[in-house]
Amino acid sequence: MEITAELVAEHGLSTDEYERVVKELGREPNYVELGIFSVMWSEHCSYKSSRVHLKGFPTTGPQVIEGPGENAGVVDIGEGLACVFKMESHNHPSFIEPYQGAATGVGGIMRDIFTMGARPVANLNSLFFGTFQHKKTPYLIDGVVAGIAGYGNCMGVPTVGGALYLNDSYSGNCLVNVMTAGIVKTDKIFKGTATGTGNPIIYVGSKTGRDGIHGATMASDVFGEGGEERRPTVQVGDPFTEKLLLEACLELFKTDYIVGIQDMGAAGLTSSSVEMASRGGAGIEIDMDRIPRREEGMTSYELLLSESQERMLIVAKQGMEDKVKAIFTKWDLDCEVVGKVIKEETVRILEGGQIVADIPVTILTESAPQYDRPAEKPAWQDTVQALDMGSVPAPDDYNEVLLRLLASPNISSRESIYSQFDFMVRSDTVVSPGSDAAVVRIKGTNRSIALTVDCNPLHCYLDPRAGASAAVAEAARNLVVSGARPLALTDCLNFGNPERPEIMWQFREAIAGIKASCHALNVPVIGGNVSLYNETRGEGIYPTPSIGMLGLIEDNSLITRQWFQEAGHVIALLGSTRPGLGGTEYLRSIHGLEQGVAPKVNLEEEKSLHKACLEVIKTGIILSAHDCSEGGLAVALAEAALNPTGPVGVDVDLGVTPNLRSDELLFAETHGRIILSLTENNLSILEGICAAHGVPLQVIGRTVEHGFAVKGLINTSLKSLESAFRDSLSPLIRGEATP
Amino acid sequence: MRFGILVFPGSNCDHDCYHVLKHVMGQDVRYIWHKDGDLKGFDCLVLPGGFSYGDYLRTGSIARFSPVMDDVVSFANKGGLVLGICNGFQILTESGLLPGVLMMNKDLKFICSDVNLKVENNSTVFTSGYKAGEVISLPIAHGDGNFFIDGPELAALRDRDGVVFTYSTAEGEVSPEANPNGSVDNIAGIINKAGNVLGLMPHPERASESILGGEDGRVLFQSIIEGFVLS
Repeated sequence: MEITAELVAEHGLSTDEYERVVKELGREPNYVELGIFSVMWSEHCSYKSSRVHLKGFPTTGPQVIEGPGENAGVVDIGEGLACVFKMESHNHPSFIEPYQGAATGVGGIMRDIFTMGARPVANLNSLFFGTFQHKKTPYLIDGVVAGIAGYGNCMGVPTVGGALYLNDSYSGNCLVNVMTAGIVKTDKIFKGTATGTGNPIIYVGSKTGRDGIHGATMASDVFGEGGEERRPTVQVGDPFTEKLLLEACLELFKTDYIVGIQDMGAAGLTSSSVEMASRGGAGIEIDMDRIPRREEGMTSYELLLSESQERMLIVAKQGMEDKVKAIFTKWDLDCEVVGKVIKEETVRILEGGQIVADIPVTILTESAPQYDRPAEKPAWQDTVQALDMGSVPAPDDYNEVLLRLLASPNISSRESIYSQFDFMVRSDTVVSPGSDAAVVRIKGTNRSIALTVDCNPLHCYLDPRAGASAAVAEAARNLVVSGARPLALTDCLNFGNPERPEIMWQFREAIAGIKASCHALNVPVIGGNVSLYNETRGEGIYPTPSIGMLGLIEDNSLITRQWFQEAGHVIALLGSTRPGLGGTEYLRSIHGLEQGVAPKVNLEEEKSLHKACLEVIKTGIILSAHDCSEGGLAVALAEAALNPTGPVGVDVDLGVTPNLRSDELLFAETHGRIILSLTENNLSILEGICAAHGVPLQVIGRTVEHGFAVKGLINTSLKSLESAFRDSLSPLIRGEATP
Repeated sequence: MRFGILVFPGSNCDHDCYHVLKHVMGQDVRYIWHKDGDLKGFDCLVLPGGFSYGDYLRTGSIARFSPVMDDVVSFANKGGLVLGICNGFQILTESGLLPGVLMMNKDLKFICSDVNLKVENNSTVFTSGYKAGEVISLPIAHGDGNFFIDGPELAALRDRDGVVFTYSTAEGEVSPEANPNGSVDNIAGIINKAGNVLGLMPHPERASESILGGEDGRVLFQSIIEGFVLS
C-alpha cells in the first residue's frame, strides 16, 4: 500500500513526525511499519508531550525495589515481601463504551501487576463524571461501575476503595482511573525483559482478534462529534480467561523456566515486543503465521496492532518450551512459540517467510519525538481565583446546609457503588470501602497495607500546583489516619489537549505541586501514567492528577477507622482552620460558585501532623481518626458520626475565632486537619505528643448518645444526617431523582 | 478430618476456604483440581465461590459437567459431606444434588454486603453449633443469588426442614425488607434430604476471624468438625 499524506494523518502522525520516521529509518516505512510507528509514537505509548516534565520526581528510597520504567513499581513491605502497584487510566474507551472500557481497564492494570510475579490483592478506582444535569451521566456511571465489578469480581480480586467526583468538565470525557496492588516475594519479582539470543518468545492467553486496533492512537486524540463511532477501537474483556491466565502465570513463576514476561496492553503485540527488546538490549523476531488468532485472514498489520485482551508475551529459556506449554495447557490457554530473541537490536516481523517489518528498537523508543510544548497561564486563571466574600451571604440555617452537603454527589455515601464490587473476596479486607483508606491484611504476617486514591479537581482547576500538592498530602493523610506509614505513590495525570499552552501550563504546575509534596513528605513516585487529550469540542477537563498511595501498617492492632465508636469519648481536632472558602464543596453546591483561592498545604505543618498522628496511634489510645476534606470540619464530624454499625452522637463547640466566619469554621477545606476520638484519661498523652511536634490541638467536644450538635450553629438528628448521607446517590444514578 | 476443596477454572474463593480450614480450624485440607477425580480419603468436599467457567452460560451450569462432578455426585450419594458456598451452591443445584435454581438478583446488580441470617434448622451436621432461630451475620457477594423453587417443591423442602438459613432482620424477622436478592421465602441456604449436602449463598469463610469483623461463619466449620469427631 502506498503511504500517502492522508494515510499518515490517519495514523495520528504529523508531517514532521513522518519525516522523522523516514530520516531515522533511512527509507519510507511500509504499511505495517507505519502502523507500528503510529502506536509507538502515539502520546499514549511515547509520552512525547509529558516526558520532559516527568523528570525530577523523587523515585527512590530505601523501600523502593523498582521505580518507574517497569510494568509497575515495587516497594518492600518487610518479611521478605513486596507490594507491586500501579494506577492507570482508561478514559477514552470508557466514555465510548462504559462497560467494556472500564472492564478492560481493570483487566489491563491487573495484568501489569501479575506480570511482575505478584498476586493482585486489591483494586481501587478513581472515577470522574459530568454532573447529573447531563443525561448521559447515569448511563456512564452505571456502565463503568458494572464493568469494574464484572471484571474484578470474576477475577476474585477485591475492589477495596475508590473515589467518585462529579463536575461539568467531565460531561464529554469521563475519567476512569484504576489501580491494582499485588503481593510478591522480594526474590520472585519478574520483569518484562528479552535477553539471551535464541531464547524462544512464547505467546500465551487469548487468541488475537480484530478488537482494539488503534486503541492507543484513539486515546491520544480529542473527541469531536460522534465519538461513539470509535466503539470498534474499544477492546472486549474476558475476565474468565484472565483469571486462568493469572493462575497459570503464578504457577509458571514458581519455576525457573523464563527470563522475562510482559503483558500485551495498549498497542498489543507491538509495544510488548518493543518494550521487552528495549529493556533487554536485544532484538525480537516474531513470525506472524504462528500467532493464535480468532479469525482467518487477519493481516500482520492487524495482528500487530490488535489490543485483544488477556494476552502475555514470555521469553523462556531455551529448552523449556514444553514445560511452559504444559502449564498453560492445564489451564486451557493458548501457548505458542512465536519467535525468538535475536542479537541485532531490531524488531523483525515475518509473514510467510518474508520480512514484513524491520525496525531498529531504539528508533521506536529513544528516537520517538519529545516535545517541550509551550505553556502559558490561562487568561482566566486570575479571574476564577477572585472571590469577594462580601458577596457570599452567610446561610440562616446551617442544619439545612449540612444536610445538603452530605447529600451532594461529591460527598454522599458511595455504598450503592461499592456494594456492586466484591470488596471482601480473598478474605483480607480489614477496612472496607467507606473509611479514609482501605486496609488489606497480609496473611501469614501481622502486617497490612493501606491504600487510597485522591484528587480534588476543583482545587486543581483553581490552582493546579496547590491542588496537586494537596492531592498527595491528602492521600498521605488518609493513610496516616488509618495507622499506616506512606511508602510510595502512583499517579494518573489526566489533562486536556497538550497542544494548547494553557493545558501545558496546568500540567507543569500540577507536576511541580506533586514534586513539592513528594519531597516534603518523603513519598517517592514509583509509577503511573499520563492521559492527555481529555477534551471534547475544545473544552478540556479540569486538571486531574489522581494520586494512588500505598502505606504500611506493621502491627494490625494499630489499624484505625474514621468512625466514632460510642458515647463518652473526647473529640479532638489536630491542626487549625484557616480563613477562606475558595474551592470548597460548600461554595460549589450551596452558592453555585467554583471560585476562589484553593487551600494550600503547608508542607512543614503537614509533615509534623503526620508524625504526631502516627506516633499517637502507635500508643494505642486512638479510637478513631478521620481526615477533614470535602465539606470541611462539619462534614468530617458527620462522617465520623455515621458509623456503619450504628451512628454515634456528637456534641461539639468550635468556639469563636475572631477572623473566621461561621461558614468558614464549619466548611472551609483547610488542609492538615484530623479529627480524633479517645477516652478522656488518655488526653494527656495526646497533648504531650502534639506539643512535642508543634501540632495545634483543640478538644472540641464529646461523643454522645443522641443528636448532632455544633454549639450555636447546628443541631440535628442522627437520623436526618444518615438519610441525607446514605440515600442520595443511588436515586440519582437510577434516574429516579432530579439533581 | 480431611477436607477437599474443589478448584474449577474460575473458582476464586478456594484460597479463602483453604485458609480458614487449614489455618483457622487446623484441619487437613487439599485442593482438588476439577480434572482430577480421585476423591478417596476425603471426609468433606467444599465447592467454593467464584465464577466457574466465567458463569458465562448460567451460573454453575458448565461446571457441573467438569470431570470431577460425577465423582462428587457419587461421593454425596454415599453419604459424604458436601458444602457448596455461593458459586458452589449454584453448581450443586445445577448438578441436581440440591433442588431449586439460583437466578439473577431481583435488582439485576451484584451485591456485596453483610447480611443477617436466621438459622432455621440447627439440627444439621453443618449447623449444630448455632442456636435454633439464632440470628447471625455473614457476608454475601453475588449477582445470582435469587433462589427459586416451585410451589410443590418448596412445600416438600419445608416439610422436611430443608431450609437451613433465611435472610432476616437483626431481630430475626424474615421479611421482604430483609431479602437482598428476591429469593423465594428469603431462602439463603438449603440442605438435601439425606442431610449431607448443604448449599448457601452467604460466605462463612469470610466471617471466621475477628480481624475481618465477625466469627459467625466459623461456627459452621466448627459444627462440621465436631460432628465428624462424634461420628
